[in-house]
Amino acid sequence: MKKLFCFLLACVLSFGCCACMETDDRVTINVYNWGQYISEGNDGCIDVIALFEEAYPNIRVNYVTFDSNETMYTKMAGGGITVDVIIPSDYMVGRLIEEGMLLELDFDNIPNYKYIDQRFRNTDYDPENKYSVPYTWGTVGIIYNSKYVDEEDVTGWELLWNEKYADKILMFDNSRDAFCITQCLLGYDINSTDPQEFLACAQKLAEQRPVVQQYIMDQVFDLMENEEAWIAPYYAGDYLTMADENEDLCFYLPEGQGFNTFIDAMCIPTCAKNKKEAETFINFLCDPEIAGGNMDWICYGTPLSAAKEYMDPEVVNDPVAYPDDEILDRGDGYIALPRSATRLMEELFMQVRNGIAVHLPKKYS
Amino acid sequence: MKKANRIITLLIFVFLYAPMAVLIIASFNVGKDITQFEGFTFQQYAEVFRDRSLLTLLGNSLIISVLASGIATAFGTVAAVGIQGLNPRMRRTVMSLTNIPMTNPDIVTGISLSLLFVFVGSKLLGQRDSLTFWTLLIAHITFNLPYVILNVMPKLKQMDRSLVEAAMDLGCTPLQSFFKVTLPEIMPGVLSGAIMAFTMSLDDFVISYFVTGLDFITLPVEIYNYTKKQLQPKIYAMFTMLFLLILVLMVIMNLLQLRQDKAKNGHRRG
Amino acid sequence: MKKNKSLLLSGPYIAWMVIFTLIPLCVVLFYALTDVDTGAFSFGNIENLVLYLPAFWRSILYSVVSALICLVIGYPVAYYMAHCRPTAQRFLYMLVMLPMCMSFLLRTLAWVGLLQDTGIINNFLEMLGLPRLSLIRTPGAVILGMVYNYLPYMILPLYAIIVKIDNRLIEAAEDLGCNSIQVFARVVLPLSMPGILSGVTMVFVPAVSTFYISNKLGSTDIVLIGDIIERQFKQGDNANMGAALSLLLMVLVFVCTGIMNRFGSDEEGGVLV
Repeated sequence: MKKLFCFLLACVLSFGCCACMETDDRVTINVYNWGQYISEGNDGCIDVIALFEEAYPNIRVNYVTFDSNETMYTKMAGGGITVDVIIPSDYMVGRLIEEGMLLELDFDNIPNYKYIDQRFRNTDYDPENKYSVPYTWGTVGIIYNSKYVDEEDVTGWELLWNEKYADKILMFDNSRDAFCITQCLLGYDINSTDPQEFLACAQKLAEQRPVVQQYIMDQVFDLMENEEAWIAPYYAGDYLTMADENEDLCFYLPEGQGFNTFIDAMCIPTCAKNKKEAETFINFLCDPEIAGGNMDWICYGTPLSAAKEYMDPEVVNDPVAYPDDEILDRGDGYIALPRSATRLMEELFMQVRNGIAVHLPKKYS
Repeated sequence: MKKANRIITLLIFVFLYAPMAVLIIASFNVGKDITQFEGFTFQQYAEVFRDRSLLTLLGNSLIISVLASGIATAFGTVAAVGIQGLNPRMRRTVMSLTNIPMTNPDIVTGISLSLLFVFVGSKLLGQRDSLTFWTLLIAHITFNLPYVILNVMPKLKQMDRSLVEAAMDLGCTPLQSFFKVTLPEIMPGVLSGAIMAFTMSLDDFVISYFVTGLDFITLPVEIYNYTKKQLQPKIYAMFTMLFLLILVLMVIMNLLQLRQDKAKNGHRRG
Repeated sequence: MKKNKSLLLSGPYIAWMVIFTLIPLCVVLFYALTDVDTGAFSFGNIENLVLYLPAFWRSILYSVVSALICLVIGYPVAYYMAHCRPTAQRFLYMLVMLPMCMSFLLRTLAWVGLLQDTGIINNFLEMLGLPRLSLIRTPGAVILGMVYNYLPYMILPLYAIIVKIDNRLIEAAEDLGCNSIQVFARVVLPLSMPGILSGVTMVFVPAVSTFYISNKLGSTDIVLIGDIIERQFKQGDNANMGAALSLLLMVLVFVCTGIMNRFGSDEEGGVLV
């Protein structure tokens, strides 16, 4: 055992040394993004980072991932790290702006910004277009399996409450998205902070709990593809990924009701060291050809219409991926809620998840 | 009795290895789903080697877990010997202290340690990037130590104290008596402590996520972050390769030990 | 002299633990006792804990059951291992530790693949013409996940202790007229107590705060405290509540291990507390 240990140690150390030896004089930028949220040469798609490093040989990309906006935020707020580019979602961009954690972008270094569609400029979370460049966007709708779900039941968000499909329904395990669905169903504003509305939403969610199989996030892929579950609210782009594996899956945006459209955007935080190189990277991702190739793998919507000519025409013409403008007008984006509202939402959601009678905490009643 | 034990042991090993068999089979699967085998391919293995970061991340994981478990084992074993010699009340206090990192949910340990590191690094030492490989190493050693202590302490308790005294009477220095008497006696405990520490390090993702800088990420952190899309099947291929690597290392080690034993026995007989 | 030496040996460890566990613990305490919005001193978080009590009991129940199952099935394995030929012992030891070296995330996902309604076991049953079982999203599945993950942490310390039990003691007991059950109950079991306590601690304590297993294998009804604490820090944006929850968890774990040690060892000290 001692020998083995020494041997292992030697291996590892030499490996480590080798790794250290290959330092170079390139500038390193730390890019901080969701896991599996950039095309890295899988499934025959382009390798965005390799292409970038080829195009800009003096820049090295250190690509690091996070699993949710909140863990990213905790890590950033904690400090002690250097991050040059982050790609959080809309409401988190709003919060980072509010807290002064983002740098203003120098758009002279991002000439490709001109390709960004008008619809994705002057967004609610960054009204003056100072801090962020959209990366992807998408809608939240319902994915269902047409083999098991009757067409007549497919109407609106009510489908998620339908007892006929008890135990085959999935629900977001994320208070904001779960509340958004009930807010749309009950006709409230999805950026409301009214405690009474929250309470009504939580009661609605509590009503749904008996028919829910599981509160999930990313496991949705396996569960839906295997037909372990039949109905799930999720992101349109992920539906396209799932539909490749199971042809019976369908997607719809509830008719006559609201829904959430999200945007994930690229920003430069205040702890960045290489702002100019970071802007170069953002600019590169806004190149229509690159963005097109990247979206072919991610399957989410691209905010650059110019990119569509480089993409799989089947996806571009798919009304799920790119719905008509009049449908999109029904959608609404998140903005950053006050922290007290986020907490109240989470507390109510935990009451629902724990099966406790839903009630507002003392300070609200 | 012995037969029943054998059957139970066999069943337990089936239980322990079934999920791993599933993953290994999945690594040869054409499809992405682990429940359906659609066809045989080596494609996923090619993907692993094509991937820019996976092997580096695996390397990082191995570096940190070997270093952290090695240091924690040495440190913990010495500490355990010391703790054993303390008076009972003191010992109880220290053992409660030992329990804390195990009890704390990972996310609490991770965040509170990172606060400490950033405070010391940025405020006291004035460093910009205070979270680095070293903070990761410290954190790993910290949560490894209890496992070493908990494995070594029972062995120390079981050990006959008079052996050490005898060795000392026969002229051993304390250091000699530790290496010649105590250490061989408690070796099984030290070993299982080292192994557990190693595996805790190799598998940790929550604490590592919060205490490491962005330039040194480990494999489990990356796998845990695969939330936007389905797991890439190349991960299964890497799992299989790691499995084989460890298996081969262990078999080699076993054979070496066997030869050594034989030589020793032969020598004794001769 | 001897005492000084002991202090010298354990001193660095104590210092290390004080710096890297006690100080962060104080941070946790500070968070738990301050209001999330105003940052003022408050017992609000502590009062709120009541809401989460069911999850606490559930977590403790699940991890106690898991620890006991690990003990019951791990003991025969450790015993069998300890009584094999040395070569076989080393081989078995290797087989026990190998699964621990492999990614826990992936192995848990493999269980999901095995247990789900359209999973491998159910597909197999269907092939044989048997009815499907609902395995996943049951309390059993969560316990299975815990047992699976932590079983080696039980077997290894048990083995390390049992292998050193002096066989002559057993023979002596047999000579004195004990039957095999008596030998086990009166000699082997008491002698393996330190290993049992270590093993149970190493299974129980991490299992209480686990979050990944219940998340993947449990149903909507099974919310464990580890999940909730995790959420408070992430989704809930409420580190203060999370801190209060983990503080209570720690107190409960200390009480549990304390009871266990009182009950488990008549020798002074025990392993913990």
